[in-house]
Amino acid sequence: MSGFPIVSLMIFVPLVAAIACLVADAPTARRVALTATLIDFALGVVLWTQYDIGGAQWQFTERAHLFAGFDWALGIDGIALMLIMLSVFLMPICIGASWLSIEKRVGEYMAAFLLMEALMIGVFAAQDLYLFYIFFEAGLIPMYLIIGVWGGAERIYASYKFFLYTLLGSVLMLIAMLWMANEAGTTSIPVLMAYDFAPGAQKWLWLAFFASFAVKMPMWPIHTWLPDAHVQAPTAGSVILAGVLLKMGGYGFIRFSLPMFPQASAQFAWLVFALSIIAVVYTSLVALVQHDMKKLIAYSSVAHMAIVTVGLFAFNVQGLEGAMIVMLSHGLVSGALFLSVGVIYDRLHTREIDRYGGLAINMPKYALFFMLFTMASVGLPGTSGFVGEFLSLAGIYQLSSWVTAVCTTGIILGAAYMLYLYRRVIFGVQKNADAAAMPDLDTREWLMMVPLALAVLWMGIYPESFLAPMRADIAALDARLAQARPIGDSKLAAAKAKPAAPALNAAGAE
Amino acid sequence: MNPILFIVFLPLLAAIVGGLGNRMLGNVAVKTLTTGALFASCALSWPVFLGFLSGSLHASVTPVLHWVQSGTLTFDWALRVDPLTAVMLVVITTVSALVHLYSWGYMDEDPDQPRFFAYLSLFTFAMLMLVTADNLVQMFFGWEGVGLASYLLIGFWFRKPSANAAATKAFVVNRVGDLGFMLGIFGTYLVFHTVSIPEILAAAPTMAGTTIGFLGGRFDTMTVLCVLLFIGAMGKSAQLGLHTWLPDAMEGPTPVSALIHAATMVTAGVFMVCRLSPMFVTSPQAMQFVTFIGAATCFFAATVGTTQWDIKRVIAYSTCSQLGYMFFAAGVGAFGSAMFHLFTHAFFKALLFLGAGSVIHAMHHEQDMRFYGNLRKEIPLTFWAMLAGTLAITGVGIVDVFGFAGFYSKDSILEAAYARGTELSQFAFVIGIIAALLTSFYSWRLMFLTFWGKPRWAGSEHIQHAVHGDHGDHPDAEDAGHDHAHGDIHADGTAGYHPHESPVAMLIPLGVLSLGAVFAGFVFHGAFTDAEHGAAFWQDSVFFDEKLMHAAHGVPLLVKWAPFAVMLTGLLIAWGAYIRNPRFPAAFVAQIGALYRFVYNKWYFDELYDAIFVRPAFWLGRQFWKLGDIGFIDRFGPNGAAWVVAQGATYARRIQSGYLYSYALVMLVGLVGAISWVIAR
Repeated sequence: MSGFPIVSLMIFVPLVAAIACLVADAPTARRVALTATLIDFALGVVLWTQYDIGGAQWQFTERAHLFAGFDWALGIDGIALMLIMLSVFLMPICIGASWLSIEKRVGEYMAAFLLMEALMIGVFAAQDLYLFYIFFEAGLIPMYLIIGVWGGAERIYASYKFFLYTLLGSVLMLIAMLWMANEAGTTSIPVLMAYDFAPGAQKWLWLAFFASFAVKMPMWPIHTWLPDAHVQAPTAGSVILAGVLLKMGGYGFIRFSLPMFPQASAQFAWLVFALSIIAVVYTSLVALVQHDMKKLIAYSSVAHMAIVTVGLFAFNVQGLEGAMIVMLSHGLVSGALFLSVGVIYDRLHTREIDRYGGLAINMPKYALFFMLFTMASVGLPGTSGFVGEFLSLAGIYQLSSWVTAVCTTGIILGAAYMLYLYRRVIFGVQKNADAAAMPDLDTREWLMMVPLALAVLWMGIYPESFLAPMRADIAALDARLAQARPIGDSKLAAAKAKPAAPALNAAGAE
Repeated sequence: MNPILFIVFLPLLAAIVGGLGNRMLGNVAVKTLTTGALFASCALSWPVFLGFLSGSLHASVTPVLHWVQSGTLTFDWALRVDPLTAVMLVVITTVSALVHLYSWGYMDEDPDQPRFFAYLSLFTFAMLMLVTADNLVQMFFGWEGVGLASYLLIGFWFRKPSANAAATKAFVVNRVGDLGFMLGIFGTYLVFHTVSIPEILAAAPTMAGTTIGFLGGRFDTMTVLCVLLFIGAMGKSAQLGLHTWLPDAMEGPTPVSALIHAATMVTAGVFMVCRLSPMFVTSPQAMQFVTFIGAATCFFAATVGTTQWDIKRVIAYSTCSQLGYMFFAAGVGAFGSAMFHLFTHAFFKALLFLGAGSVIHAMHHEQDMRFYGNLRKEIPLTFWAMLAGTLAITGVGIVDVFGFAGFYSKDSILEAAYARGTELSQFAFVIGIIAALLTSFYSWRLMFLTFWGKPRWAGSEHIQHAVHGDHGDHPDAEDAGHDHAHGDIHADGTAGYHPHESPVAMLIPLGVLSLGAVFAGFVFHGAFTDAEHGAAFWQDSVFFDEKLMHAAHGVPLLVKWAPFAVMLTGLLIAWGAYIRNPRFPAAFVAQIGALYRFVYNKWYFDELYDAIFVRPAFWLGRQFWKLGDIGFIDRFGPNGAAWVVAQGATYARRIQSGYLYSYALVMLVGLVGAISWVIAR
């Protein structure tokens, strides 16, 4: 680990590029944005390769005192590293997806995206409570603009809903943060993660944070902003919204709620489980009846995020690691699915499922990618979707067979709505001449799809690359949670008084 | 390098290269590549099997790659080879190689051949991963992989709505079973702290008698785990309750039906139960459950098979029924017999399907047996192959002399069921005998309708198309016969059509499989089921109950001859009804109208599921969306908040009247209030 402030650099590269984009003309802005995001991706790769697995918990730390107890404190652990990688990986793809489809105010658009990238990295790297809050909240603004300015017909309603929901939650979080800083006498996140708040206080703090993170996740019943935001957002906006912004909720739980308030987390686990199992069944069924492709995928996101929340509150290693892998996988897969929708939206300017059909005939390459991402979303083993889902559910089974049984129905419903979508869009006969005339993927789209496809398979076949950096951090969190771990409902009980041996031969001896 | 690596990964390589290369490589290159890979795999598999047969090989595990390590939950990619795997290896690679070859002829006119062959190879890879799994999760990988390939192949003719519907149905119904499988894996991990199969099997006996909490109740640990895992097997092997996808899967091209929906994939459930047999025998209740489901399916599917007109559907229900035999064999503890029936069934059922494909090919894609007749003179080679398959499935043979493949395996199952001696196993025996009667009847019915009698081809639309040179319904024309209205059902005559024997690429597989159908039972029954040789062959890879097999050998003569007797009875009834007096079936059906409709409509399972699962799911989805999300959450949430703000603003505007005196009044009230508060404090 060098003293070189690589994380700060990763934040400032897009910031500087954003300013450049504001004053540049459209073609230049595109090129600047792509270059900046690629530089950030390269820096991310350096970060990953330089990250010392099994080394210090917090690496690449930087600390500069700014003013009045407000520190520019950055540093990453394995969990943050993975989420930063996800962000910088998706960003160039987003710029690529916006290359032709955004025609008005290109400079401002690219600037908004670059600003978003800086803020996302900031969220995952912040080690100071207030710094985190600023990054966390400021991220709303570029997303608000992206939906509100470059969105679809009802963009104003959607952006208003998005802003209202997410802001309401975070006000409570800010109050909790102020109280915590006062109580613990520090704003350092690593210190707070080991601080034992009184159980009574934990309860209120947990609820305040929950309000913010549950909206971001989003959990049922505060999920309704998501379908609208996705439907109205431009393709790249949807990709980043599903890919990274939703992960901030899960990151919040794993960084704040669980380590800082373990008792309260255990106490409110039932609430999380209840909302999650409702979400799995409810939103999956809603996804089944959608006519709008983006809405369908948005609802499926809510169902997938519910698997994250149950995994997080399983209070064991499998649950936590599973939840993290689901987050990473969902970032790739839902991003890829929104991208896939964008590909045909760019051609036909409709998201209406019924307008398509038989695309396997004129777009076979597209059909192949869409199939892979559909299967990853369904959780087919060998793709990223399976590993996370499996670990998460294996984790929660140790706590509650009920929750597991209900959540596992998600694999049936997920297959139903995704294959139903695939069947209507890709299979069947060509119903409309304009849909039948759409050309297959061009080079630009091909270049966006291939990395996503490879990443999905990599994470499915050899997830060790992604699990290894997080292992020590998850283990530390698991150890901290051990004090509050609830007892599972499916514990094994020893045999009754009668000897167990004859049972083995019972079938053979009769 | 270990040959198992080539056996498993050659098909994958061929699938990837062929699938991605597709049009770039061209039809012939992709077909050669995939077929070559499969024949190579097959050539490497037989020595493995023979090695175990001669006792010179022992179980081995070849590690491939780390997969997941999460706390104590670890599982890797690894290839396990033991006698049980070896049996599956030869079944899979042999049938798959032959089906690849057969498809050269059958799919010759299809525009999408590279895709088809790539899917076939992909399927084979997934199936091989399933049978070589050393842990439950890799088994699940193969399990889902074959599910994907099956989905893609059923829906291969993706322009057809019925094919798409069938493909989706197959995947989703299988997922219901997978729910059980996954819960079973989770439970197994919870109990044993491992998902490694050998470790689980070793530790299973120590768990007998313990209890575990599940969904609020407390149950016997091993029963819960085995039943959950078995639910997975029920889905994949189309057992009663989760069988509805299999008949619909016949929408896929016929070679697919032979490979996936007869010989290999659908037997995965049987394989799983046998692989985990040391675990299943620790739970008598689970074994009873397996027996019951197997016997019930065996009977149910056989009844439906007697009434269907579509040649592929008859064979599909027959498959379902034969799988039931395998399961109740496992349920009574005769795992060797279950595997033996799996082995022989793979040959004769693949043969019957490929034979049916040859008939369909000859009859210009007509599948309805009502429009067949007298084909034995037109396509004699196909006829002889089908005859061998029929003799095998009906179990023709003389005790202690010689029999066709199914004779040995089915008799072994029935004898074991009888010898087990419990009430349920006796019940299974009786059901098995009845089902054998039905099997004989529907098999010969198929043969008589197809190959004997007068030609009834004129009534077929497909034949009419062929005669009149109208190729409009080609190549995606493998319709289920009942989908479209036929004119006069009883239109006799050839309509001037001349069926032609299939090309040599299709006849070679028929010939090879015929050999299997004739000799597989005679040659291998000793190793698989004999009390003396069985244990040596299986090397503990399945739970082999020598005592039971001894007892099965010593059952009364009546029991031994009963299958033969019912086989003959079924044959005679079919002969009477379809050769001697062809008017009889219609008259008989008219007599028992309600019962016939019940059976003909497959006991109304599809209608039932549609009413209690499919429709309510969509209805609930719409309610949650329209009433829940829009009508409630949005209305009282964000939109409600917006309304409150807007209303509040209206009131606020009234207060902001602009008149000085009203402001002064408010100020005064506020001032008074503030002062009172300060004083009162």
